[in-house]
Amino acid sequence: MIVETAAATESAARTGDPILRLKAVDKFFGDFAAVDRVSLDIHEGEFFTIVGPSGSGKTTMVRMLVGMDKPTNGDILLRGERINDVPANRRPTCMVFQSLALFPHRTVGQNIEFPLKIRGVAPAERKARALELMAQLRLPDSYYGKGVLQCSGGERQRVALARALAFDPDILFFDEPLSALDYKLRKLLEKELKDIHRETGKTFVYITHSLEEAMVMSDRIGVMNKGRFVQIGTPNQIYANPVNRFVSEFMGEVNVVDVERGAAGSLVDRLTGAAYQSPAGDSEFREAALVVRPEDIRFLDHPDDAADNKLTGTIYNDYLLGSRVQYQVRVGSSQIFLVEKLREQQLDVARGATVTIAWDTRQSMLFATPSFTQSMVAR
Amino acid sequence: MNKLSRSADWIDQAEPRKPRKVSRLDRLRDAVRNPGFVAAVPISLLFIAGFLAPLTVVVLFAFMPPETFSLLQVPTLDNFRSIFAGTYYLSFVSSLELATCTVVILLVVCYPLAVAMVRIFGNKGSILAIVLAAPLFVADNLRLMGWMLFLVKGGVVSGTLQTYFGIELDSMLYTFSATLFGLVYIYLPFMLFPMVLGVSMVPPKLREAAFDLGATNAQVLREIDIPLAMPGIIIGALICFILVAGAITEAKVLGGTAVVMIAQDIQKEFTFAQNWPKGSALSVLLIAMGGALSWALFKRVDLDTIFGRK
Repeated sequence: MIVETAAATESAARTGDPILRLKAVDKFFGDFAAVDRVSLDIHEGEFFTIVGPSGSGKTTMVRMLVGMDKPTNGDILLRGERINDVPANRRPTCMVFQSLALFPHRTVGQNIEFPLKIRGVAPAERKARALELMAQLRLPDSYYGKGVLQCSGGERQRVALARALAFDPDILFFDEPLSALDYKLRKLLEKELKDIHRETGKTFVYITHSLEEAMVMSDRIGVMNKGRFVQIGTPNQIYANPVNRFVSEFMGEVNVVDVERGAAGSLVDRLTGAAYQSPAGDSEFREAALVVRPEDIRFLDHPDDAADNKLTGTIYNDYLLGSRVQYQVRVGSSQIFLVEKLREQQLDVARGATVTIAWDTRQSMLFATPSFTQSMVAR
Repeated sequence: MNKLSRSADWIDQAEPRKPRKVSRLDRLRDAVRNPGFVAAVPISLLFIAGFLAPLTVVVLFAFMPPETFSLLQVPTLDNFRSIFAGTYYLSFVSSLELATCTVVILLVVCYPLAVAMVRIFGNKGSILAIVLAAPLFVADNLRLMGWMLFLVKGGVVSGTLQTYFGIELDSMLYTFSATLFGLVYIYLPFMLFPMVLGVSMVPPKLREAAFDLGATNAQVLREIDIPLAMPGIIIGALICFILVAGAITEAKVLGGTAVVMIAQDIQKEFTFAQNWPKGSALSVLLIAMGGALSWALFKRVDLDTIFGRK
């Protein structure tokens, strides 16, 4: 049964016309393009997440999509109709705000009923719908008459979501609603939100600065930087094939080695002079970044074991990350590699021990783009 | 026996600590030394000497026999009886009528102004505030005299109209409308500033959220703006109502004999009629009305939320 529903959603997402289409949309503030010629299709029923660092234009983007800002150029089409000039209150979409924007002078029930009251729905019907939504979001009935300020952070999230669902939007937008919560609650609500998406079958567009959060929930992810989409794809595609250094670094902790072109397709470490094999063959560049994920680096049992790329260093420090252990391996005087292992595969060596690390060439990535840090400073 | 266990023995054998006895005198001394108490002393003394003491005298005089000047007599309700038997209710009605009209006009005039100052002018709102507060630096009597010159027959308004347009106007002075105009003009800042405070307490995000959930501008105003600005609105309305109910100058200067407010009656009893007990009784009734209104409204408004303590 569940498999069928999932298949139906999947096919709707692939075949039908997009529910929301952006055609070369710009948003200028003075000379500054917060959103820079963005084109995008969002499909019916999909969970689409826009990820980007602060200042990447994602909030400006969502404000245009819900109708609080107008694009400078370009068209926004909802089911094929241009909605650039339709104000937020006449669009069949709504948003869960970062601050939630619950009405403090109203009870939980009144907050949830607000969109229905606006439409003139009869009080009895409103209450029935509110209680239905509260049950769906696991808010006890006794909360109906409770003030929203008396609710905890997680409960407020649920009230805000229930209020948005009461509006019954075609597309539901989220502007980083989980960012203010503690880690444990955030993890719980991420999963709940994905469940709600499945139950309601609505189109969700979610904004976040955490790619990790996006990975958990989304059908598709769009990574934004400097007002443009750098990469759009499924979580798997983005994880496996980041298009550039920005995306690969944005995903989490990775090892980035500055290299320059050596003889016959080899790479030379600019810091230590060590030689590596290039995953991209003998491509045209002078300087580039070699990216290796901490979990793709292994420790060699014996320093003479065969490996594509091999380095000898000392264990500088180790961190227990729950199910995984991360090691800082210092190579030479100043270069640090991060290596991650499952907890069961923990090394039986002390800090300061000499180890040999290695990685397969096909698991490394080579990008000829400026680094994330540099691009952030240049802004 | 090692060191650790010995120290444990010592803990077991120790007498349980008793709380130090605090006498009432100690507590009083602590309270008096409290900086809050010390800082509150000057204003408390001023409050007692300048407000509570005269108020007590007025309340006591209200129960003394008519036309006497001593507080050491047998209390009586004669003053109140003669007030209710006479035509003083007319002055009360006219005061309350003017107060109500003034407050209603001020609510309508000040709300858009407050919204403009908070939301549209932004940082430049303070310039508008200075402009609006500037008249407060000129004595209100003088400003009212100025209006007299404007409104009197042959004054600025009617004189100009007659000379240049041939329209003949009777004096606009000494009418209910002129008095109402004067009251609205004088008490505008007292309504505006609390209201600005109230309007600035409405988070813009909540308005956006309501709008996003399908509310029209009118619905946002009714459901979000006004309820959330209500503390400021109520404070402003209350201050204006009480001040206008006790106002005297505006009615005297611009109302002449057409309008008699209750404060004029009170003044007459204390001065011309030399009947302190009756003047006191009228004052007590006015204070009681203002007090009842304040009490009723403050039960609905939490001052802590206004000063951002919640």
